[in-house]
Amino acid sequence: MSQKQEEENPAEETGEEKQDTQEKEGILPERAEEAKLKAKYPSLGQKPGGSDFLMKRLQKGVRGTISYPLTLEPKGMGPVEQKYFDSGDYNMAKAKMKNKQLPSAGPDKNLVTGDHIPTPQDLPQRKSSLVTSKLAG
Amino acid sequence: MFLKFSPRAMFYGAGGGNDIQWCFSQVKGAVDDDVAEADIISTVEFNHSGELLATGDKGGRVVIFQQEQENKIQSHSRGEYNVYSTFQSHEPEFDYLKSLEIEEKINKIRWLPQKNAAQFLLSTNDKTIKLWKISERDKRPEGYNLKEEDGRFRDPTTVTTLRVPVFRPMDLMVEASPRRIFANAHTYHINSISINSDYETYLSADDLRINLWHLEITDRSFNIVDIKPANMEELTEVITAAEFHPNSCNTFVYSSSKGTIRLCDMRASALCDRHSKLFEEPEDPSNRSFFSEIISSISDVKFSHSGRYMMTRDYLSVKIWDLNMENRPVETYQVHEYLRSKLCSLYENDCIFDKFECCWNGSDSVVMTGSYNNFFRMFDRNTKRDITLEASRENNKPRTVLKPRKVCASGKRKKDEISVDSLDFNKKILHTAWHPKENIIAVATTNNLYIFQDKVN
Repeated sequence: MSQKQEEENPAEETGEEKQDTQEKEGILPERAEEAKLKAKYPSLGQKPGGSDFLMKRLQKGVRGTISYPLTLEPKGMGPVEQKYFDSGDYNMAKAKMKNKQLPSAGPDKNLVTGDHIPTPQDLPQRKSSLVTSKLAG
Repeated sequence: MFLKFSPRAMFYGAGGGNDIQWCFSQVKGAVDDDVAEADIISTVEFNHSGELLATGDKGGRVVIFQQEQENKIQSHSRGEYNVYSTFQSHEPEFDYLKSLEIEEKINKIRWLPQKNAAQFLLSTNDKTIKLWKISERDKRPEGYNLKEEDGRFRDPTTVTTLRVPVFRPMDLMVEASPRRIFANAHTYHINSISINSDYETYLSADDLRINLWHLEITDRSFNIVDIKPANMEELTEVITAAEFHPNSCNTFVYSSSKGTIRLCDMRASALCDRHSKLFEEPEDPSNRSFFSEIISSISDVKFSHSGRYMMTRDYLSVKIWDLNMENRPVETYQVHEYLRSKLCSLYENDCIFDKFECCWNGSDSVVMTGSYNNFFRMFDRNTKRDITLEASRENNKPRTVLKPRKVCASGKRKKDEISVDSLDFNKKILHTAWHPKENIIAVATTNNLYIFQDKVN
């Protein structure tokens, strides 16, 4: 990158170092950070941009087959979504979560798998919050 | 340079971003610190006139605010934004085939230009795009012959005279109804939607593909970009954002996780896998580090209103590109360069993958983007000055001028500066929007929406 582009009018300080110095040291902070990361996770893959990395990104929710050490969660996907074995597993998990959130929950209508034969009416509608957004409040 | 003397610049004030004094106007949302996940704001968008402001959240809800008519008496203040309509746009779904949840989070909202009394917008989650019609009802028919006012039917034999039903005013009701549902066209997660300047078609982009739709047709879409390799092992980059050119209906761009932008012309071929232009800034190979590719990933791309330029946002900077020059951007602005020496921790806490958006002001003279600690930044392209402001309830008296903020990268911290290590990385401003005509901005923190205006004397 050319010097010209990096220069900003220093009149409005944002606390950044003088642009020139920053430019020259620009290489060092990143490399220093890389060294720190490698020190913490020695078996980290060389390139984070490889197909494994991107595959994780595409398949939000898939765990396993990771080239990263166990201490480092698969990266780049944001919150890892849990993959469920099947819809019954999913409904059970949602029911458990719902129980935690609503202390006044009555007999658990959500546990339709396992106890009785479900009918379409029984299947829980996984409604998101029925409450109006607080922005509109 | 010349923009200073253009009529538009005179309207806004010659300096643009920094001669403007930004004032707090309003804040929407709950005060409490305990944020429910559903309340996390995921998109903010003004409509074409700026009268309406839409937000989408993680809970799949859309809230639309409307600017009040300017108060003739208090002509020094612009209209406030109040709730106009709110509805549940998307519901959570479960993909039975893949055993995966489909989040109801609204990824993007895009307004259609207004053609009649009703307003239309497109909203999308990871998989499905919906066209919503928002219409007003302020009259209702009264005086039916065969129905009572409460709806009960009258016995026809009791009717002795006939009358003509008339429309009488009623309290304004704003109704939102889904008019089209565009589903099942994306295997991967939709990151962008963009309406074409022909106002008939739009594109939707996921990680590997871009589809072209007609607004009237929901059962078909054309695939116009497909970067999925035959062998997934060869996958090296994904699509991160896409947008149609504001004036040329045949042109669109898409950005990648490797920091490149491709401009495609739909007249060239049906499948635009071969770009017409490739925008990429050459990198010095000796500067490369483990983080280089991650921080070069473009999180947002936006054309200027003029269509001459486009802006990209990567992790640390905002770049302005001239569509006529592919080999490097014409302007680069550092958003938070002090984070370069924190990349290791930012990688560990996942912040390095945060997707910041960016936006232009109406005259394309100032650009804005968010940062951490509820800071947001503006860069004036003419004066080359920049400013850091904070979205905080501490300054919430209307017409209070916002105080510029400063981050101290290292060394002695001056009074009123905040040190890098004190920044709150959970307070991120990912979504901002600028009114298309006036100096009014909407800034979304995690669960609050702030509206700021320039000081009107």
